[in-house]
Amino acid sequence: MTAHQGILILLMVGAVGVAVSDDGNRNGKLGGWLASRADVVPVANAAYGEECSACHLAYQPGLLPALAWTQVMDPAALGEHYGDDASLTETLRTEIASYLVAHSADQASAPRSRAFAVGFDAKAGTGLPRITETRYFKRKHHRVPASLVAGNPEVGSFSQCHTCHRGAAKGIYNDSQIDIPGHGPWED
Amino acid sequence: MTSPLAIVLVATGALTLSTPLLAADAAAGKAGWTKEYPASDGSAARSCATCHGRDLTQPGRQANTGKVIEPLAPSVNPQRLTDPAKIEKWLLRNCKWTIGRECTAAEKADFIAYIKTQ
Repeated sequence: MTAHQGILILLMVGAVGVAVSDDGNRNGKLGGWLASRADVVPVANAAYGEECSACHLAYQPGLLPALAWTQVMDPAALGEHYGDDASLTETLRTEIASYLVAHSADQASAPRSRAFAVGFDAKAGTGLPRITETRYFKRKHHRVPASLVAGNPEVGSFSQCHTCHRGAAKGIYNDSQIDIPGHGPWED
Repeated sequence: MTSPLAIVLVATGALTLSTPLLAADAAAGKAGWTKEYPASDGSAARSCATCHGRDLTQPGRQANTGKVIEPLAPSVNPQRLTDPAKIEKWLLRNCKWTIGRECTAAEKADFIAYIKTQ
C-alpha cells in the first residue's frame, strides 16, 4: 500500500464516522472515528470521586441536569439514596453538590452531555431522578433487550454503565467502546 | 465523653478498655456482626455480613450495586481503622441501613474491637 492509499482510506473512514454521527459515535466535532475522546467530561473532583465511588461508579456530573443533582444531594434525600444511606457531613455535601451542579448536563459543552438535560422534568416520577430515566438515555437504550442487562449476571442493571461501556470511567460512551459481557459489541 | 471521641480512642488504641461505659467487647461485636434485622422495604433481612461477608479478610460486595468492598480486616488491609472520620461515617450509614437506627456508642466500640482482631 502506498502512503497515498493509506491516507485515502483514513479519509474514507473519517467520512463514514461523520456520516453516521448520530448513531452514538460522535465525539465532539471530530467525528466518530476518533474513538477514545471523552464525550462526557470525566470526574475531576476528589471528594466526589472518593465519596461516591465507594459504592458505585462515580457518574459524571454531565449525565444529569443541575436541578436533578440538587434533588439527589438534598440532605434528606442522601439519607434515602436509592435504597442506601449515603449521608455526608455538611461540608462534604455542599462541596460535592456545588461540583455536580457546576458541571451538570445543562452547563456542559459536549453535545452528548447536553442531551441528558433535554426534556428533564423535576416533578416527573415519584423517586429521585435517575440517569436511566432521562429521555436521552431511554432513546439510546430502548432496543437493548433485558436479557443482556437485567437478565445478564455480569451486568444486572442499566445503572452499571461500566460493565458494557468499557470507557465509562473516562467519560467515553460511544458505540465503538461497548462490549456487553457474554455478548460482545453492540450492533445497533 | 462523647461517642465520636470514644470511637476515635478505641479505634486508634489510645484508650484502655477498662471504663465500664466503653468496655469494648470483641466477642459481642462478632455476635452482632451476623445478627440479622428485617428490612423495612421488604427486601431480605440484613446483617453486617450482607455486604462485608463473614470472613473479614475477604472482599465483600455492596448489596445494591455489587461493587467490591475491600477487606475490613486490618491484618490484610492495613488502611482499615486508621481514619476516624471514615469510621464514623460508615458506622453511621451502615448501622442505619442494616439495623434501621444509629448504633449506640457501646455497639460501635464492640464492632471496632471485633474488626481489630481480624
